[in-house]
Amino acid sequence: MLEGKKIMVFGERDDISGKAVCTCLEAAGAEIVYEATACFV
Amino acid sequence: MIRYPVIKNCAYCLAHTPDLVRYGSKPRREIAKDPGIEVKMDSLLRNYSEAVCYPPNQTFLGNLSPDELATLPRPWYMNPLASDSDALQKRGLFGEILDQKTFYALLLLADVLSPPLFHMQEGVREKLQRRVAEHHLLKNIPSSNQREVSGMARSESLLPPGLPLRNGEAEYGYFLGDLREEARGDSNLQGPELLENICTKASAALALQWLLHREGIEPGQIDFLISCGEEACGDRYQRGGGGMAKAIGEMCGCLNAAGMDIKNFCAAPVSALVTAGSLVQSGVFKRVAVVGGGSLAKLGMKSQAFLQNNMVILDDTLASMAFLVSEDDQKSPIIRLEQGAVGTVPIGAGSAEEEVFRHYLLKPLENLGLQFRDIDKFAPELQNPEIMEFAGSGDVAMKNYRKIAAMAVRAGQMDKSEMGTWINKIGMPGFAPTQGHIPSAVPYIGHAMEAMKKGEIKRVMFLARASLFLNRCTNLLDGVSFIMERNPALSGK
Repeated sequence: MLEGKKIMVFGERDDISGKAVCTCLEAAGAEIVYEATACFV
Repeated sequence: MIRYPVIKNCAYCLAHTPDLVRYGSKPRREIAKDPGIEVKMDSLLRNYSEAVCYPPNQTFLGNLSPDELATLPRPWYMNPLASDSDALQKRGLFGEILDQKTFYALLLLADVLSPPLFHMQEGVREKLQRRVAEHHLLKNIPSSNQREVSGMARSESLLPPGLPLRNGEAEYGYFLGDLREEARGDSNLQGPELLENICTKASAALALQWLLHREGIEPGQIDFLISCGEEACGDRYQRGGGGMAKAIGEMCGCLNAAGMDIKNFCAAPVSALVTAGSLVQSGVFKRVAVVGGGSLAKLGMKSQAFLQNNMVILDDTLASMAFLVSEDDQKSPIIRLEQGAVGTVPIGAGSAEEEVFRHYLLKPLENLGLQFRDIDKFAPELQNPEIMEFAGSGDVAMKNYRKIAAMAVRAGQMDKSEMGTWINKIGMPGFAPTQGHIPSAVPYIGHAMEAMKKGEIKRVMFLARASLFLNRCTNLLDGVSFIMERNPALSGK
């Protein structure tokens, strides 16, 4: 579904972590070019 | 039979410090870019009475239970408790909310440096000393520093500029930082950094005073102190070196206590309680006090959202807490500390969400032969949602409850359709100020102790998370948990 797409991922510690989002997107064929998980507390 | 340590007592305090919001990390950076922000910020600060009437603050102090808070209409800041309400008190079951002037007086007491960190306007020091003398607990704290910086010192062009200390319209003086030659050029010893440290020390000392008062013991009866604050004391050669526990204990007269600091970001209080319990269970110490002071850096952390919405700035309050961990008294709640009972996240687990929760939530339950439904209440991150939501960060407690419930579903212990109802039963709204380590699970300990006394609940799981990745040395995050239970000796009572 996302083959050939380059994606930047921003996650949140107490919500959806960047790593979880990456796992989903990679499974859909995307290339993750940047990932960061932030702490807002 | 295992003899568990108990959480014998606790204290929670607040200090309403609107004029220190400008020295929080976020406001300070924004004001440096646009000084006009300070003027707007001033117009949106709450007064003391508004902070006292604010329902989450009354919950933190123990005058309202989290369940009662959940029934109050939101937004809470627009629905303050009525000033004639029984619940509206400056003092609560667990501690008190100090006004700014009294907190400044406490800051003066915390200053041990010579020349002192504060330069007060004429007459202010005496005014603040009177405030201390009138306070039933602060009057016990000996004044360590009576000296003034001379008027000449302030005009010395080589000295760093001081941070103006105001109390509303009144100018009180300056916070100077370390003026000695050895501190010159050391960014760790300037006004903003040392004010942060001294605020942690002073607010923690207030909570420790309340703990001693509530327990009815002398300071000399504490054997060991553990500080779990988020400050980083030390100079350029040992930034974050610590020593806060003993600084707090010294201020409160705990002359027989040794101490140390525990660092684990927001999870430090839970890590400290587990350590304290272990020290008591092993027989190394009999009475260990865990103390956590407030975070100046986090005042105004979400203020940008309040400024944009022209609403009152809600993150204007320093918070602190203290816990007494001691040998089993056959009454107080126990900390389960047998092998496998404490939830941890091993390095090899990585930072994937499900793995983290599996280790610090599911595994301890499995190790103790418990099911999710055997826990009456879960206490995760308990940040006041009202502060978080305006800043776009959402309801942090609820996010954690959804993950806890999802893990129960994944473990086959619950149907997905039951999640909402179960969360209502085992959850609670966040009620702690956004002070980093302070909201991390442990604000519920006091309420849990009260509910256990009444026999309303038997078992609580405290789950704290730590953003280790903020240290820029790892991408890991951490989780630490423990289970607190009604003392088995009370069974049938």
